[in-house]
Amino acid sequence: MKLNSAIPEGAIEDKWRKHKLALPLINPANKRKYKIIVVGTGLAGASAAASLSELGYQIDAFCFQDSPRRAHSIAAQGGINAAKNYQNDGDSIRRLAYDTVKGGDFRAREANVYRLAEVSVNIIDQCVAQGVPFAREYGGHLSNRSFGGAQVSRTFYARGQTGQQLLIGAYQALEKQVNAGAVKMHTRHEMMELVVVDGHARGIITRDMVNGKVEAWAADAVVLATGGYGNVFYLSTNAKGCNVTANWRAARKGAGFANPCYTQIHPTCIPQAGDYQSKLTLMSESLRNDGRVWVPKKAGDTRSPDQVPEDERDYYLERKYPSFGNLAPRDIASRAAKQVCDEGRGVGPGGRGVFLDFADSIKRLGKKVISERYGNLFDMYTTITGEDPYSVPMRIYPAVHYTMGGLWVDYNLMSNLPGLHVLGEANFSDHGANRLGASALMQGLADGYFVIPYTIGAYLATAKQPKVTTDHPEFKKAVADVNARQAKFLSIKGKRTVDSFHRQLGQLMWNKCGMARNEKGLKELLQEIPALREEFWRNVNVPGSAESLNVALEQAGRVADFLEFGELLALDALERNESCGGHYREEWDDEGEAKRDDSKFMHAAVWEWKGEGQKPERHVEPLVFEAFKPSVRSYK
Amino acid sequence: MSGKLMKLTIHVWRQANKGAEGAMKSYVVENVSEHMSFLEMMDTLNEQIQAKGEEPVAFDHDCREGICGMCSMVINGIPHGGHRGVTTCQLHMRHFKDGDEIYVEPWRAQAFPVLRDLVVDRSAFDRIIAKGGYVSVNTGGAPDANALPIPKKEADLAMDAAQCIGCGACVAACKNASAMLFVAAKASHLGHLPQGQPEQLDRVKNMAMQMDAEGFGNCSNLSQCEAVCPKEIPVRVIAEFNRDLIKAQFKG
Repeated sequence: MKLNSAIPEGAIEDKWRKHKLALPLINPANKRKYKIIVVGTGLAGASAAASLSELGYQIDAFCFQDSPRRAHSIAAQGGINAAKNYQNDGDSIRRLAYDTVKGGDFRAREANVYRLAEVSVNIIDQCVAQGVPFAREYGGHLSNRSFGGAQVSRTFYARGQTGQQLLIGAYQALEKQVNAGAVKMHTRHEMMELVVVDGHARGIITRDMVNGKVEAWAADAVVLATGGYGNVFYLSTNAKGCNVTANWRAARKGAGFANPCYTQIHPTCIPQAGDYQSKLTLMSESLRNDGRVWVPKKAGDTRSPDQVPEDERDYYLERKYPSFGNLAPRDIASRAAKQVCDEGRGVGPGGRGVFLDFADSIKRLGKKVISERYGNLFDMYTTITGEDPYSVPMRIYPAVHYTMGGLWVDYNLMSNLPGLHVLGEANFSDHGANRLGASALMQGLADGYFVIPYTIGAYLATAKQPKVTTDHPEFKKAVADVNARQAKFLSIKGKRTVDSFHRQLGQLMWNKCGMARNEKGLKELLQEIPALREEFWRNVNVPGSAESLNVALEQAGRVADFLEFGELLALDALERNESCGGHYREEWDDEGEAKRDDSKFMHAAVWEWKGEGQKPERHVEPLVFEAFKPSVRSYK
Repeated sequence: MSGKLMKLTIHVWRQANKGAEGAMKSYVVENVSEHMSFLEMMDTLNEQIQAKGEEPVAFDHDCREGICGMCSMVINGIPHGGHRGVTTCQLHMRHFKDGDEIYVEPWRAQAFPVLRDLVVDRSAFDRIIAKGGYVSVNTGGAPDANALPIPKKEADLAMDAAQCIGCGACVAACKNASAMLFVAAKASHLGHLPQGQPEQLDRVKNMAMQMDAEGFGNCSNLSQCEAVCPKEIPVRVIAEFNRDLIKAQFKG
């Protein structure tokens, strides 16, 4: 596997500008001769499909939901970062880039991150022009707030629904292009396979989820904007439909998968209520501004919180991190919660929860102020739990939220498979081992609006590949493979539902490869996942037929891929014998914080699929820090 | 702790595909915890159905946190079940009691054909947006975001309407299956912003024409839509829409 990061020469401030000038262009009249497939219509996919079609390319866009507006970007709450420095508080492109590189624990590619910070300012302009109703001050100018991991106020927001508003902006731009006939939108279509011809990505195979029709699509380039793989843990804050299939199918066709072990656990989620739980709900991190986190000092204390006197409470974040207190970064707050629960001091059902208590703030500020700040979040909590956080402390627990790993891409966002481009959460490049709040939206839109429109043209101008049609044998073979796989699922007729396998896989992953990992657990996991996979292919029950809307069949394909991918994630976690950001190996601990080993692991690990039953091969892309000097992340 | 456990009888619409005849079918679901969401109850039902070799009940769902707009069930006759500001996925079983019989149906509207069981085709909404539910601006070249101040009050009114999740409950609740609340919410979102002004009259005209072409009914101002809207979009957006529509007709 050849990994050429294609980082342009020159000072970090000049790289993107010079690179744009050096990229070969395609004449406007010739752009319409190229067809590009875009899979996924979240922030990255919708913005890419709209922008590329505006340039003149023919676009076929696909999503598995019933409308492109449903993609899971819609659920992002907090905001989007941009280095506008509207607050006059010392923000700059360089500072945003540095915060992002440091937040990622020096495991991201700094040239990509710098470009991300650079185009962040254009994103806000573009979104305002589209009519995104960002929060405003009384003078009519845009409002900002601060967010975790930053000392400046650079986050733009639209109430608690920033992701929704940005996605609707991108969706509307996409529908504008659909109306113009420049984008063909295919909803309820799931990508089942990537098609590679002569080493280049040339198309995909989809399944129409309403009538089951398996279809081939040929193009000059393929863009995957298919999101993250958090649902390998079954319980996560991801939407139920989020899956790794598109990325995994590409990986099986030769695309390198980078850093799968980088997963982000968010500390403030509503705890699991029972075995039937289908997903976890995030409560905005902003709650930690006024809530105090605590558990009883004594293990097994089942008194109701108002019966626990002050001196028998352990405000453990304030105790351990006096300077950051309840605002300690996500990974640190998450691990601290796990630790107190492991000690038997957790609260609520199953003892997996900690209190987030607003009593002091209500006493200090009054119920009205707290309600103004967090009213919608308190209402959401009450809807889900039936408890009133104004009178009873909230219960929270960490949950899987975001995945920093993804398909490897070069500076042009192209994978090692020529023609295959990967955007947004689906790629690996910008967040290193940990993502800062309000940066996912920024990356999705940066990739789609302002990077891929430039870089894909350079590929198309230089690739010089002959046109292919779906009559090519590679397409025929891929269609046959998809049909055979579906027939296999339907023929097993075992005893267990698809969902039961997914739950079991999730539990294994969470217990041994979740917030804390160690060599022994990971080695056990690497035995347990293949055993579960073997049982799946022998004992799963997928009722119905392939020629209809078949929910169980859809799930079967996704879970089968998670059962392969989960093993890779565990293997990557085992081989990365250090702690960094969200990847915490118990052997590498510095008083509860992640201890890096820069001498051995200052690189991205990129995995090459070697076939079923074969161990994948680990390649590395060394990370070179020229602009930002790696330092120890300390929040004491 | 799984809370109080209930045994429920669920009467649910089963329909094999778009062209097939459908019918209500009854199932008994056991061990339903009061802490479950309505969709988790449906998951439990599906696990029990599949254990008997039957195909699960198909229903649309995705984020399960009330924002994607995918979930869509008429529960005991009311879209999303009748709790103010709540989508089906956020409705919890503590609002039901042991022994209850619950009727679960898909959205009913000519413009939303049933694809299977509780899954309906809402692509008509996308086609309406495509006729004008946007600002015609291409990527690149936008002026600085703070170049044009927008009064906070107007921005807030735009945001109130922009919160629409496109679930279609408004259509399902309306006796005429009108899409007025959905269409007017989009017009109000963009109409309250200076960026949306240049195209506003064409926007309302073109979206109204597409709404009619898709087979949605007319609005008779009964406000059922507002009552079931999980984002509590106010009917004032419909008044604004009608005002703009009249202006557009005069303008010709």
